[in-house]
Formats: sequence, C-alpha cells, structure tokens
Amino acid sequence: MTTTSATPLPVGGAATAADPMAPRPRRDRGSIAPRTIRYLLLVVFAVFVLMPAYVLFVTSFKGLGDATPTRAWYLPQSWETAGWERAWEVLSPALVRTFSMVIPASIISAVLGSMNGFVLARWRFRGADIVFTLILFGMFIPYQAVMIPLVTLMQDLGVPSGVPSLIVLHVVYGIPITTLIFRNYYASVPDELIEAARVDGAGMLRTYASIILPISAPAFVVVLIWQFTSAWNDYLFALFFSNSRNGPVTISLNFLASGQLQDYSASMAGALIASLPTLVVYIILGRWFIGGLMAGSVKG
Amino acid sequence: MLRKWRSWGPPVLLILPSLTLVGVFVYGLIGANLKTSFTDQHTRATEGSFVGFENYTALFGDETFRFALRNLLLYTGAFVLGTLLIGFVWAWLLEKGVKGEGFFRAVYLFPMAVSFIASGVVWRWLLNNAEGERAGGLNRFFDQMGVGFLQNEWWTHPRWGIVAIAIPAIWQLSGYVMALFLAGFRGIPLELREAGRVDGASEWQLYRHVIFPQLSPVALSAIVIVGHMSLKVFDLIMAIAGQTNYTTQVPATQMWIEFTRGDYAKSAAIGTVLLLIVAVLIIPYLVYTYRQERSR
Repeated sequence: MTTTSATPLPVGGAATAADPMAPRPRRDRGSIAPRTIRYLLLVVFAVFVLMPAYVLFVTSFKGLGDATPTRAWYLPQSWETAGWERAWEVLSPALVRTFSMVIPASIISAVLGSMNGFVLARWRFRGADIVFTLILFGMFIPYQAVMIPLVTLMQDLGVPSGVPSLIVLHVVYGIPITTLIFRNYYASVPDELIEAARVDGAGMLRTYASIILPISAPAFVVVLIWQFTSAWNDYLFALFFSNSRNGPVTISLNFLASGQLQDYSASMAGALIASLPTLVVYIILGRWFIGGLMAGSVKG
Repeated sequence: MLRKWRSWGPPVLLILPSLTLVGVFVYGLIGANLKTSFTDQHTRATEGSFVGFENYTALFGDETFRFALRNLLLYTGAFVLGTLLIGFVWAWLLEKGVKGEGFFRAVYLFPMAVSFIASGVVWRWLLNNAEGERAGGLNRFFDQMGVGFLQNEWWTHPRWGIVAIAIPAIWQLSGYVMALFLAGFRGIPLELREAGRVDGASEWQLYRHVIFPQLSPVALSAIVIVGHMSLKVFDLIMAIAGQTNYTTQVPATQMWIEFTRGDYAKSAAIGTVLLLIVAVLIIPYLVYTYRQERSR
C-alpha cells in the first residue's frame, strides 16, 4: 500500500488539475466528407439541446393568450415583460433566502472537507481507507432512507425549519463529496513539501495551516462551485424542511408553476430566474465546474 | 502518553467533527429508520410497537408499490441506456478535435447546471399530451415536421408513461457522460492506436480491441453514477407530473405521499427498500474501488 494515491473512485482523480478533456495538440481531422457529416451532427445535437431553452425564453415574454402549449415554438406576438414581473414578485424573497442558505452551507462544508481530506490523504493510519469508504457511502444513499428519523432529529435539536435546517443538512450531507475532492487534491501534493515542514518541527496542525491551506485554492473553487450548485438546485430536503414562505427558490418555483392558475409566462420566466445564478457560475467558471464533475470519474 | 497525543491528537481533532456528523446523520439515522419501519407507527401521534416485517410484506403485496418498483427499473434502464449512448456519440464526435469544440462542450453540458425543478417547468410543456389541433410542445413539433405518427401521450401513458420522464433526464445528464467519455478517449495513449494501425487493424478492430477495453472503466463509472442518480428520481416527477399522478409513481413519490399522510412506518419501509436497491449497485462498486486502492 502506498502512502499517497489518487483514488479511482466515482469521483476520483485530480479534479483540479488541467482540464482532462483537453484536446491533443496533434489532430487527425479525417477527410472532407466525414468531417462535414461530423459538424452537421454536432450542430443538430446542439439545436436539440437548446430547444427547451428557446421555448423557455420566448414563452417568458409572451402575453396571457399567447403563452399556450400550441404556440410553444413561435416567437411572441408582442414582447411583454409582465410575466417576468409576476415571477419576480413571487421568487425574489425566495432568492434572498436561497443565497443566505447556500453561501454559508458551501463554505462550511468546504472547510470540513478540507480538514478531512488532508487527514485522510496524509495521515495513513490503519483503517484510513475503510473510514474513507464509509464516509463516501454517505454520498450515494437515497436520502429517503434517513428522512423520517431526520425530521424528528431536527425537531429534537430545535433547528428551525427553513434556512437554518437546510444549512445544517447541506453541510452534513455535503461532507462525503467535499472530503473526496480534497482528499484527491491533497494526495497529489508532493511529499517533500510535507517532509520539509516536519523537519522544521511543524506539527500536523501547523503543516495544515501554513503549508496546505495556502495551496488549496483550486480545490476550494471546485468544491464551492459544486456545493453551491447542488444546494441551490436541491428540492428534496427543501420539500421536507421548509415551505413556500421560508424555503428556497426551488420550492417557490414549483409552487408558481404547478398552481391552479396556469400562468405560463410567469412560470417560464421564473424557471429562468431560478436558474440564473447557477448558469452564471457555469458560464464564468465553467472550466472549474467541469473539474467538479470530473471529480467523479477519472483515474488520477 | 504525551507523545501519543502529539501524533494522534491533531488529526483526530480535525476529522472528528465530520466523523461524528456522518456517523449520526448517515449510519445512526439509517438504523433509526430501520427501527421505525419495523413498527406500526401509522399516525403522527402514536409511538408504535414492534411488528416485524409486517410493513414490508404489506408493501410488496401492494399493487401500487409493485407498479412503482417496476416504473423505477424501467426509468433507470431508459435513463442509463440513453445517457450512455448519447454521451458516447457526443464524445466520439468531439474526440478527434473539431473547431468550436469548446462551444459544443458548453452547450451539451449546460443543462447540468439547471435544477430538475426549473427544467421540469418547460418539459411539462414539451411533453404535453394533447394531439392534432390542440397539440402542443413536441407533439406539435412532430405534427409540423410531417412525422405526426410520432405524437403520443408521453408521461400520461398508462404503461410506458415513466419512460417519457427519462427524456428530460437524458437531456440533462448526457453532457456529463460525454465529459467522462471524452476524458476517457483522451486518456488512451496515442501510441496504442498507432501500434494498432501499424499492425494493420481495421478501424472497427481498433475500436473492438483497443479503444473499447480502454473505455470500459469510464463506462462502469458512468453506469454507477447515472444509475444511482436514476434510482433516486423524485424532483423531475414532482415538477412534471406531480405527486398524485399514477402513471409516473416511483417509490420516492410514494414515500413522500405516505409522509404527508403521517404514516411514518410505511414511509420508513419504502425508504429502506430504496436504500437496498441503491446499495446493490453502490456497495460492489465501493468494494471494487477500495480493493484497487489497496493494491496500488
């Protein structure tokens, strides 16, 4: 057993290293005809993927009579923003709550993940692998399998429903994935760096604080993006631990979209509003977002 | 004593909070849930007493639950097959390096950043079951494209409705599988391909004997990751069909319904069944990767 190794786990590999999908410098483009077909297929697929986004976008700007499924594919008869205004009215308080839930939840679980990852990657005690595997299992469980006693436990602990409950839950159930990403990252830190600190008489905590933390920024970015996205998009915990008055935006959006009054333009505008923060993160930090995804897959 | 503390203390201090939390919130609660599932706590008020496997035998005797299980397997089959196929084709198209690769990658991946609740808003529309004059969404699209025979009832179909729910799921996760395969393709050493070509292998033989074997660990990861996500399907059904729609029932929606009714025992039993199903997929995988780790 080696002392340090990147794990080939579902979410393994050096998540934060250079883009693992990066194309090779040497290209084999093939002849003209297959290349044209290749492009054609790529474009057709791209159009299909973008189709739902197109429907969302045009419908959100439609007036009441215009926004019906039969007219889904057409441009608005007149571009109106009333749907956006109605959606904003319903969703804006929820957006504020979602931010105030997601930000602390991501930061706390990232810090915990960093501490665990460091210990599990660098301190090879007997059974370290078992402990790691047991933590990892928590990532895969269907939360339905703990939900009933979880509701009771949170009540017993006196954690209020809504934002406080959801922070606790996203922190706790985020530990496995954040630990995994940090562990893989720290496993790639050169041994000499740690040794040098030890020779200088630094204990474990000192090493962590003065050597490891300063070089952890890339892993923190990946973990924060990952946690931000998954907590922002969560619906299951939100459903059990909040309501439309104190819950996050997924709850309010579903409330808006499945209400008795089928307000289609507002629902579609709402879906766009609710997706905007994660989409912005994806567009600006896309490379890192992919790093987080790859954390699940590739051997180091 | 002091020396022991110096070597054991700090790491334990760092990891103990998380170990405690995971121990209580994952393993402790799985145990507590199991315990509740063995009682007759069918209302919020009662404590419930031990009844053995009664809730489980009742569940498996219940036609609705068996239908939900069948739906779950059907959905998982469609979802895993669909994402693997499309993800592979996308990766294969991009693998050799094309102009605008970054753009295509970004387009194929963007649905992953969106919640199932948000995408469900538009997919509920696209999968509208009206046909002919009143047709909307995809049915309308088929009608206008001259392939009107493709129009169907989507998720309201009494037997295959659940497969329609897999369509938005495939839309959302295929990009992820593409990313996995693309990294897999590019992890294959060029020399390996060259060697194959020098040996006179045809393109097909090259795939059959060099590329597919190299990609199979990626495919395994993809199957496990997408498969376990699929078994947890809940949000998408709530957003598209709602909890009460019969044709798209899965154990997770039934668990929520029983919870709102206050039937904790039944709800807990459904949760445990779900855990067992996921465990069948996950535990061999975790053991496998754990062994690989040890043997390095």
